[in-house]
Amino acid sequence: MTVQQAGARRSRMDRWLSFNGWFVFAFLYLPILVVIVFSFSGAGNVGVWGGFSLRWYERMAGNEQLLATLRNTLWVALWSTIIATVLGTAAALAIDRYKRWVGRGTFDAVLYLPVIIPDVTMAVMLLLWFTQIGLPLGRPSIILAHIAFNISFVAIVVRARLAHMDPSMEEAAADLYATRWQTFRRVTLPLIMPGVLGGALLALTLSLDDVVITSFVQGPGSTTLPVHVFGLIRRSVTPEINAVSTLMVVASMILVFASLAIQRRGDN
Amino acid sequence: MTLSNSTEEVAVNPKLERAAQRRQSWRGFLTAVPAYAYLIFFFVLPLFIVFVFSFASRSRTGRPELENWNVDGWTGLTDPVVRTIVGRSLWIATLNTVFCLVIGYAFAYWIATRPKQSTRTILLILVLIPFWSNFLVRTYAWRMLLDSDGYITQLGEMTGLWGRMLFTEPAVFLGLLYGYLPFMVLPLYAAIERIDWSLVEAGRDLYASGTKAFLKITLPLSKPGIIAGSILVFIPSLGAYVTPDILGGAKTTLLGNYIVTQFGAARNWPFGSALSGAILIVMLGATIIYFRTGARTI
Repeated sequence: MTVQQAGARRSRMDRWLSFNGWFVFAFLYLPILVVIVFSFSGAGNVGVWGGFSLRWYERMAGNEQLLATLRNTLWVALWSTIIATVLGTAAALAIDRYKRWVGRGTFDAVLYLPVIIPDVTMAVMLLLWFTQIGLPLGRPSIILAHIAFNISFVAIVVRARLAHMDPSMEEAAADLYATRWQTFRRVTLPLIMPGVLGGALLALTLSLDDVVITSFVQGPGSTTLPVHVFGLIRRSVTPEINAVSTLMVVASMILVFASLAIQRRGDN
Repeated sequence: MTLSNSTEEVAVNPKLERAAQRRQSWRGFLTAVPAYAYLIFFFVLPLFIVFVFSFASRSRTGRPELENWNVDGWTGLTDPVVRTIVGRSLWIATLNTVFCLVIGYAFAYWIATRPKQSTRTILLILVLIPFWSNFLVRTYAWRMLLDSDGYITQLGEMTGLWGRMLFTEPAVFLGLLYGYLPFMVLPLYAAIERIDWSLVEAGRDLYASGTKAFLKITLPLSKPGIIAGSILVFIPSLGAYVTPDILGGAKTTLLGNYIVTQFGAARNWPFGSALSGAILIVMLGATIIYFRTGARTI
């Protein structure tokens, strides 16, 4: 094969890869875009464009039930994020900074499980467990469940940060007679802060979005917004659902973007 | 160790060295304890209790009772109806994993081979945003697209290639592909980006064809990403619930829906626990593969 032929083949391959790439991006984003666009349609029927209107957002803002579930959602997300961030950061430090301790390998594996476990299975597990230990189902049980899956996600993000960190900074602090706590507070924590914040925002997103686990461990009056919307979607598709969905997906996209941006900024 | 303080650094004598090491491992353990204890109490013990409940019995009202232990839950898995559902779930999860792998590989390869670091970063962030965003809304979007007046249905009717797909198996498959594709792209990208391209060049210099260089060099080197991505897609697809519930119908019940039914309308917790236990066993097996084969990419 001549050089020209090889070059032509490579560029053909590259063109094909680019096509696939942009196709996948369209596949990932267009459906979300359709939901967003139709939430601004004045028509009472989904899928029919009825001119620009905010009526579905107005109706949503006046829906007391929806607002009550939103309050639950925010409360649960706030507490589960705070606690999971503290626990997840400690877990990441324990695994990355201390290489030998009893149970480290098992802990590493246990931390990985909540990431791959199907939601339904985790939901079943926690429902059985809460019933067994006699914990009443309500906001506290939802918070406890969200912490259980969020610890792992925070730990993953913080560990990625720790892996890129130069340990000589901490050694220098120790050489200058900083105590362990001073080293952590003044050197380690500021350096891993982008990871901690990024992890916290990710935990917040996952908590705000969770449907399946929450629907299993919720009690009367503690329903969250996504669970409520899931119930509505199962019954019918309405423009009002589009409006709520738009708010939820845009909120979570902004949070994810903020999380990624904070993690990246720390890298440079 | 990185957090060594000055007293440990002068430890030249082996006894002191050992004492320092012991202190160090003790500190590691103490740092982990809060999260470790939490996960044992709210993840590991609940995981075991699923297996305990799978051998429990039911009262006449359907309440689970931890007495009269039996294996009815597990023998229920061989029931023809259940076998169909399990078979369908395995089939859809496998199909989804294969499609995600093929499309995701080409996609991850494309991103990883962009020459500029900044381009790669932007493209990766664009994948990660939908990856972590609200799963429910992303599935709901497909319900709109696939319904009778949805755009995909209109496109199919215009070209005469397909009709209304909502509530059928292809709809569930599309929804799962859409939901889990980014899970495949992320570990694949991590693996492909790490590849030392001079190895591929060396192969080409030794007259390997492009295809051969890919099969013998690039593909084996991206194996960790392939394994990790496949696990991340296969296991959650196997237990998928929201997607088949919104996009599927009565004929597309998957394991996830069936489990939820056992805890809802059917009120058969021991059977539901056995079904969940079966998924957990597959998941634990996959985890062992993940750690043994060095597929660690996340």
